[in-house]
Amino acid sequence: MTRKNATPPTTVRALKGVLLTVCCALIIVPFVGIVSTSLSTREQIVREGGFVIIPDEVTFAAYRALFTGGVVPRAVAVSVFITLVGTALSLASTTLLAYGLSRPNSVGHRPVLMVVVAALLFTPGIIPAYLTIDLLGLLNSYWAVILPAVVSAFNVVILRAFFMEIPAELMESARIDGASDGQIFARIVLPLSKAVLSVIGLFYAVGYWNAFFSALLYLNDSAKWPIQLVLRTYVVNQQQLGVDQVGSGNLPPQEALQMAILVISIVPILLIYPFIQRHFTKGVLVGAVKG
Amino acid sequence: MAAAWERMGAMVARPLSGPTTEVDEPPPPPPPSPPAEKPGRVRRDRFLLLAMLPGLALLLTFHYLPLLGNVIAFKDFQPYLGLGGSPWVGLHNFRVIVEGDPLFLTALGNTLVIMLLQIGIVFTLPIALALLLDSLISERLKRIVQTILYLPHFLSWVIVISIFNELLGGSGPINTFLRRHDLGTIDIIGNAAVFKELVTGQVLWKEAGWAMILFLAALSRIDPELYEASAVDGAGRLRQIWHVTLPGLRSVIVLLLILRLGDALTVGFEQIILQQQAVGIDASEVLDTYVYNNGIVQSDWGVSAAVGLVKGLVGVALVLGANRLAHAFGEAGLYRREIR
Repeated sequence: MTRKNATPPTTVRALKGVLLTVCCALIIVPFVGIVSTSLSTREQIVREGGFVIIPDEVTFAAYRALFTGGVVPRAVAVSVFITLVGTALSLASTTLLAYGLSRPNSVGHRPVLMVVVAALLFTPGIIPAYLTIDLLGLLNSYWAVILPAVVSAFNVVILRAFFMEIPAELMESARIDGASDGQIFARIVLPLSKAVLSVIGLFYAVGYWNAFFSALLYLNDSAKWPIQLVLRTYVVNQQQLGVDQVGSGNLPPQEALQMAILVISIVPILLIYPFIQRHFTKGVLVGAVKG
Repeated sequence: MAAAWERMGAMVARPLSGPTTEVDEPPPPPPPSPPAEKPGRVRRDRFLLLAMLPGLALLLTFHYLPLLGNVIAFKDFQPYLGLGGSPWVGLHNFRVIVEGDPLFLTALGNTLVIMLLQIGIVFTLPIALALLLDSLISERLKRIVQTILYLPHFLSWVIVISIFNELLGGSGPINTFLRRHDLGTIDIIGNAAVFKELVTGQVLWKEAGWAMILFLAALSRIDPELYEASAVDGAGRLRQIWHVTLPGLRSVIVLLLILRLGDALTVGFEQIILQQQAVGIDASEVLDTYVYNNGIVQSDWGVSAAVGLVKGLVGVALVLGANRLAHAFGEAGLYRREIR
């Protein structure tokens, strides 16, 4: 590979290095600052004008205050509930639907496939979607946030393509041994698809955790707010966090509280990110998209 | 992937269930295939049919049922009369579009400007980023950089906007630094004059790394011999990019451009709703926020649904049109005519 073995001139290499370092710094530095500010003391936050890159002294006062009660623990519980229930439902129905569509010559899979593929072409408008939720009596219910997101047509298509790549002889021989479609699904298809299923599951989970607009649209009762809505109210819109919103009477500085909420909403993403990342390097996703 | 198939081979070696058959026994006839009677096939495929049921029901309820709700665009919706009882008004609600209601025109104008900025910058920069990353020699370094660049894609818009406000806002580190050194301040957050640039910058920060993935995959599939041949012919680095790399990326670029066109009129709804309070309607209203503000907030249901409906139809028409155009130029495009 001529292109890759030839060493480019030093100036080009230096320029590349600078460019990539800047790109990475633009992403990393904000994270460091947010975590640092959430851990800083009032004196230092005031001294540095509201944002601290490196704390002199670390205090967990903001986290203690947020977790002793008030809005944040409740919002985290709501978000965890929506994420766990939603991801479980999503994985189950997406996998089953994709499997049902993946067997050539099965009865009725053609019209269903048309329904799925056509769903890729349009998204329902805001007003009709709202009317549907209203019609079903789901307004102000967590199900209004979960159910519309359960099946992503895109994920069904990806998963179906993956299932179809599993060699047919494998299933034929299982059938000869007397396995039913259900057994083939449970004993052959699922175990072979662990990697792609975990990627799709993680994508669903990230989507539920990040759900913002559906919650804004359908959940009127602020007691039902997930973490993203709390974040909007107290961090984006800068509403003051008072004793009513925070468990403890001794209030840490607003900046530290705000940044702590931000950290709390980012941490679950950071925790599952390495798992998603691991599968990228295996090329599961790109291969599936291509298929 | 090869390893997975090998593992499967090992699994088949031991029978999954049922009695072991003798090796030299002739295989039993295959299960009844296509020519069988329809009721027989339904019974045969009952597991598959049942498996599709929950997913299909959810898609029909939350994706197709709302389509019926679009009739509201042709009605003068009165909540106390319900959807069925509200009077039909024909195309009356579409008048804002035809006659050019000022608020609608503002939303349309902002949408088009943001769309052009995003297709111009957010679509092209990741290609450059992919080329830059692909030219790195160390695989490890490549992986580390990728890991960092993909991350913001997984953060919600609420988080991204909180981060931008925090960094670029009046009390953020940049303005604090500038004030300390008497360099004045930069006014970006909540400034209507630079809102569209800010929005574009936010999309870039969040999505540039992610958008790069498919380009990187396509780059890795370009035949290295093409580079060698062009080098032998005396092509320099830039000519190689022009004659080998970019043609190799062409089908991915076309595919992504078609997909992007379907969403062309969808420009960062959550992103903009979150910042609208700070910059005001004039600079920030786009079609989606217009539908939301006018319909859900102000209860002008019919007009909003009409605008939403037209926007959706334009999106579908753009995808289908772009796909046809891609076919005409000999590209595979988004889909081929037949669906397997």
